Amino acid sequence: MVTLKVNGQTHTLDIEPDMPLLWAIRDEIGLTGTKFGCGIAQCGACTVHIDGVAMRSCSVTVSSASGKEITTIEGLASPDGKLHPVQAAWIAEDVPQCGYCQSGQIMAASALLRQKPNPTDADIDGITNICRCGTYIRIRRAIHRAAATKA
Amino acid sequence: MGHIDSVRGENGLSRRKFIVTGVSAAGGLALGFSFPVTASARPLPAQPWSTEAVAPDEISAWIVIDPDETITIRIPHSEMGQGAATSNPMLVAEELECDWAKIKGEFASPNRNVREKNVYRDQNTVGSRGVATSWQYLQQAGASARARLIQAAANRWNVPASECAAENGAVIHKPSNRRLTYGQVAADAAKVKLDKEPAIKTPDQFKLIGKPLPRLDTPVKVNGEAKFGLDAKVPNMAYAAAMSCPVPTGTLASVDESGLAGKRGIVKVVKLKDAVVVVADNTWRAMEGLKALKIAWNFGPAGSSDSAQMKQMYRDTLTEPMIQVRGDGDAAGALSNAPKVIEALYEAPHLAHAPMEPLNATAWVQPNRVDVWIGTQTALATLQQASEASGMKQEQVYIHNAYVGGGFGRRSKHDEMEHAIAASREVGRPVKVTWSREQDIRGDRYRPQAAAKFRAALGPDGMPIAVEAKVAVGSINRSVGRPTENGIEGQAVDGIVNSPYKIPNFYVGGVMKNTHLPVHFWRSVGGSQNCFFYESFIDELAHAAGKDPYQFRRAMVERKDFVGVLEALHDKSNWTSRLPRGRGRGIAVAENHGSVVGTVAEVTVADRDQIKVDRLVVAVDCYHVVNPKIIEAQMESGAMFGLSAALWGEMTVKDGQVQELNFDKYRIVRQAEAPKVEVHLVPSGGPKFGGIGECGTATIAPAVVNAIFAATGKRVRELPLKNVKLSQLASL
Repeated sequence: MVTLKVNGQTHTLDIEPDMPLLWAIRDEIGLTGTKFGCGIAQCGACTVHIDGVAMRSCSVTVSSASGKEITTIEGLASPDGKLHPVQAAWIAEDVPQCGYCQSGQIMAASALLRQKPNPTDADIDGITNICRCGTYIRIRRAIHRAAATKA
Repeated sequence: MGHIDSVRGENGLSRRKFIVTGVSAAGGLALGFSFPVTASARPLPAQPWSTEAVAPDEISAWIVIDPDETITIRIPHSEMGQGAATSNPMLVAEELECDWAKIKGEFASPNRNVREKNVYRDQNTVGSRGVATSWQYLQQAGASARARLIQAAANRWNVPASECAAENGAVIHKPSNRRLTYGQVAADAAKVKLDKEPAIKTPDQFKLIGKPLPRLDTPVKVNGEAKFGLDAKVPNMAYAAAMSCPVPTGTLASVDESGLAGKRGIVKVVKLKDAVVVVADNTWRAMEGLKALKIAWNFGPAGSSDSAQMKQMYRDTLTEPMIQVRGDGDAAGALSNAPKVIEALYEAPHLAHAPMEPLNATAWVQPNRVDVWIGTQTALATLQQASEASGMKQEQVYIHNAYVGGGFGRRSKHDEMEHAIAASREVGRPVKVTWSREQDIRGDRYRPQAAAKFRAALGPDGMPIAVEAKVAVGSINRSVGRPTENGIEGQAVDGIVNSPYKIPNFYVGGVMKNTHLPVHFWRSVGGSQNCFFYESFIDELAHAAGKDPYQFRRAMVERKDFVGVLEALHDKSNWTSRLPRGRGRGIAVAENHGSVVGTVAEVTVADRDQIKVDRLVVAVDCYHVVNPKIIEAQMESGAMFGLSAALWGEMTVKDGQVQELNFDKYRIVRQAEAPKVEVHLVPSGGPKFGGIGECGTATIAPAVVNAIFAATGKRVRELPLKNVKLSQLASL
């Protein structure tokens, strides 16, 4: 049995300890906002927060995530439904195109802002999540906007 | 930052000119457009596929108006990021004379389209057609509904319809100052038969079209709710992984399942002609099960092919007899008499689509129907493919089309769906097949490999008197089972044959030459390689003539659209300003998917070999603008797509097998590598709407390569740039 705390809720799952967190979140817990893109921690579509840090859930085993606070895109907004400033900025800048990578992009950006409330362009360059639609210009704009909103 | 100027068009009609400037990478919170705020329509639903029920009192298959004034507009096209789910309702709502905030988009049912004889037309979201081939029937759907609402109100009042008008979601009768809302007459309007369909608006009458309205799919794409194919959940569903023969055209020989002993959750190993599908109770268990199999394949003769052989084959093909596609004047004669002939050979590799969402499909085959949950660009064609794969009649096939996690052409032929249908049939329950990234690239249908040979001669004034272009390229028609008339297909020469330049003797010929890799439509299609070939060679001619690359092109074009794009590029890029040593600026223009597009690239070359793209200035004439914000985003997107390919994109083949199977080897531009992109819209009006999803990719590679030449004097004639050692190229 593996215990995972996702978005404040505890799940006790009868799964293998070496199952990647991504597949436990998607197929066992049933939260599908976290996406599968490459399986080798290259693209970042599966990015979640583990104890507040952006991690690629395709390459984290459930046993190593057990006992930690896991946040997925579904848990980013406040419990009252108020969007996270990064989500609001994403809407203001109309960032998504196909949208598939955007859960991961938003989780990466919100983790960056937690670490650096006023990120420079070089800090934003440190986000290596891939967007095949090439929404990078808007992502950068939205992160600056979210930083301004928070400050 | 953007602004819109109202200018007087040549036809005397007022038209709007959009100048939308992408904000620099350094950012700033540029907000905008000088439009009054229009309250947004309702966000699209998280689950895009709809129920198959026909609503009571529909005005038509396109429009439903509820008593509470909510107006549902059915969207025929797929939403894969290109914005059709916003622009399609805008085209309908334009005619409806209603409050945009009352609009609710809903995706049209492919099955209903079959039942009601193509009421939603072809539902093909390919070839940049989302607006370009649908604006008339979408406007017509809105205009027809408006006329019927007016007629219904006129009947209620017993007055002639000609005395009534539609205004902001209501019909008004001015002589008696009476008013009925759409919701009040919708049920009656559903029964009205019009004697004659009303005319649709002309662009000078547009009120909603042209506004930079927010996308309707954004809210569900920032909170994880939007349902892609991969997110489909069906009761009692099993999960599966698949592997196709690593050598396309090869077949499955045998499978040793002994490695599965003790593996948890495995349901079944399904053996297909050229693939193996492992069905389990969790995607990861299916993928692990697949890895544990020992699979033997029959690779066939293709198993000994490699990239070097394929490259040589395309080079050799250029000496074969060509099929002529264009022949102005006598190019061969002019070249044989020319004192000097300029020649060049250009080459481009196979490329993968690699959409962020790996291909996947969920199928449930039951005795009397088959349901498929999938993100597809071609709902109707996919329904037909599912019908053939399952043996069901088309009326028994239900395609539940999801948000498409990137298409770029790939999601119009669904090999993964055939895996899911076969697996569901074998295990008797719904099966979701998820292709790993490796399988997504291994099982891709690639942008074809190609080579081109040019010969040209300049006149005494330095302008071309003759250009001969010969192309060898893989056949997409053959790959998708379409006939090719005259032995050469349109996309093989697109980007060259539609050259806008005044060249008195101009020959274009081609030969289709195939490898064992299946090929397919890849964003900007023929333009993706041919614009690189041709616009690079035009640059070579400008250099040979000692002319400025912009002035050289400008002197050869007359078409208003090309002139407008070239001049916008010149002005907005500050073309005549000098760049420091080691930097260069390059230009390229082309017609692609019904629009004219161009790019000026600025690059820095450091340490003789390190290429960095600093800035891309893009101009596009798509004739009419439905939503400038979406067009701007599409041009940014097309630029990044083209840049990834120009810098790194290639499929190398060894023992018949593609080697770059994941993003570690098949590199994609990331944030740190993304240049500034500035987009300028220069719509010139006229009778057609241009496409926008694909054209942004076509001129990126040649603009970058031409900029490298400007910076270094080195001419790159083969992509991708990662393989080019500039320091080892001869200076021209």
